[in-house]
Amino acid sequence: MMRLLSTWLNPFYWLDDHISPRYRGMYTLFKKELLRFWRVAFQTIASPILTALLYLLIFSHVLESHVKVYDQVSYTAFLVPGLMMMSLLQNAFANSSSSLIQSKVMGNIIFLMLTPLTYLEFFIAFLAASMIRGLAVGLSIYLVALLFVDVPTVHPWWIIAFALLGSALLGTFGVIAGIWADKFDQMAAFQNFVIMPLTFLSGVFYSIHSLPPFWQAVSQLNPFFYMIDGFRYGFFGQGDVSPWLSLGVVGVFLLALAWLCLKMLKSGYKLRS
Amino acid sequence: MAAAVEIQGITKHFGAFEALRGIDLTIGQGEFFALLGPNGAGKSTLINLMSGLLRPTSGHIRIMGHDVQSDYQQARMALGVVPQELVFDPFFNVREMMRFQAGYFGCGPENDGWIDEVITGLGLADKAHTNMRQLSGGMKRRALIAQALAHRPPVIVLDEPTAGVDVELRQMLWVFIQKLNRQGHTIILTTHYLEEAETLCQRVAMLKQGRVVTLDTTQQLLRSHAAKQLSLRVEGVVPAHLQTMIKQQQGDEVIFNLADIGQVEIILSALRQAQVAVLDIQLQEVDLEDVFLNLVGSQGGQA
Ligand SMILES: Nc1ncnc2c1ncn2[C@@H]1O[C@H](COP(=O)(O)OP(=O)(O)O)[C@@H](O)[C@H]1O
Ligand SMILES: [Mg+2]
Repeated sequence: MMRLLSTWLNPFYWLDDHISPRYRGMYTLFKKELLRFWRVAFQTIASPILTALLYLLIFSHVLESHVKVYDQVSYTAFLVPGLMMMSLLQNAFANSSSSLIQSKVMGNIIFLMLTPLTYLEFFIAFLAASMIRGLAVGLSIYLVALLFVDVPTVHPWWIIAFALLGSALLGTFGVIAGIWADKFDQMAAFQNFVIMPLTFLSGVFYSIHSLPPFWQAVSQLNPFFYMIDGFRYGFFGQGDVSPWLSLGVVGVFLLALAWLCLKMLKSGYKLRS
Repeated sequence: MAAAVEIQGITKHFGAFEALRGIDLTIGQGEFFALLGPNGAGKSTLINLMSGLLRPTSGHIRIMGHDVQSDYQQARMALGVVPQELVFDPFFNVREMMRFQAGYFGCGPENDGWIDEVITGLGLADKAHTNMRQLSGGMKRRALIAQALAHRPPVIVLDEPTAGVDVELRQMLWVFIQKLNRQGHTIILTTHYLEEAETLCQRVAMLKQGRVVTLDTTQQLLRSHAAKQLSLRVEGVVPAHLQTMIKQQQGDEVIFNLADIGQVEIILSALRQAQVAVLDIQLQEVDLEDVFLNLVGSQGGQA
């Protein structure tokens, strides 16, 4: 009975037997990358959810009665999409980047380099696993937040579009960083000096309209701002800029990073010399 | 029939350093082949060029007829490489790693029988569900070999598979690898233990400073480098006309290289005439170690 249940609950059960040999290599890498974070789900899923909820409780408690960003939207509700997106982005980045840097430092990256996997398959497998981790964390934060606060979903398709684009963008960024970095501390520096500031200064906790003009202008140079603003538009039907502008900016960034990443992988940068 | 491995005019430079300086080598299907040479000779570099971990400065390599660069997918499908370093993935157990590795090559559940065969053949059966992290060094080495075999490659390359490994595993490993060789797999190995190469391999290439200095069958190598040695303990001075046959002299111990066994007679009678007393006599077979030291010099005596 338990066995039956576990095979039915195992999403790979059917695919393992039926995937075509042509795609099995990519599928296997994707599956391994998924299992890699799922095995340590407490650290990779539960812990970011908890962190986001702590932000939610503390900031909403302190600021709820002082800050009003949009009419008819409580500050606590306003915070939820920003925190979801922030966690989604950070975790999509963490997945591919930490997997690659670990494999490189441990040396087991060669198990992949010895296979007939193409650079495109390599990219897609790492990207898809990163996106799923980011999306899983984001969705979980939403579900838990619903216990505390009502969050509307005015334009679900915008929500989905920005969740997919954001996770893809940071998953790609993670592959680039993972291939570029040679040591853990380089990766940590990357995370602390690039990813963290960009996410925190992107309007997770405020609308940029509340900033002085100079900082508004600076914020508009930050691609993370558009991901969060477009995502938030999906929930509330209002944002700091048009969702189409955000879509354009995020789309262009995604294409540029994907191009760079594929170029690195194709040339064998830092992997084959 | 395509050669298992065909290496043509391979050079590899690391910056200004020339690790390989023009290697030509063909290894036929079904051969058991040894690649020997002192540390730093370029063995691992050559293997990494076969597997595509490195790219050559010039030259071509084909595995089972497939160019490792222009036709890399087919070439890698045909190749299983056991790397020299003991690397592993700490997230998974032995069987999972083998399934993943086979999966990267497109092998699915139909391959599970083979995976079991490898796991049993390498004595990993009771460790199949142990996390890689928790395996001892010897067990990790077995798992590394198992992983290289996961997709059942026709050409198997083992880069010092028995370095730092206990006798029991070495024996078990060679029994299993010889079985694979009988089934038609081509085996290429580098090893520190020259007796292993001598008993296992039909042909041997010796590398020195990025060049092949010898390429021959093991038998022919042993024969052409003086089949036997005569080791004597003497009292007195060995006559001058015997000096050219001396391989080594240390105190009263003199070792002669013999082209054939009849020379024993000649040496002994010459010594008797010169009134040199013979205290002890030993006749020795030459082994690969001697040939190796002869050819590549005694640089630490390592293969
Ligand atoms: N990635 C590299 N960069 C620079 N030099 C290297 C690199 N890999 C190997 N070498 C040098 O090339 C030579 C051959 O090394 P290697 O092929 O590992 O020798 P072997 O396996 O025969 O002991 C050595 O002198 C080594 O220092
Ligand atoms: Mg080596």
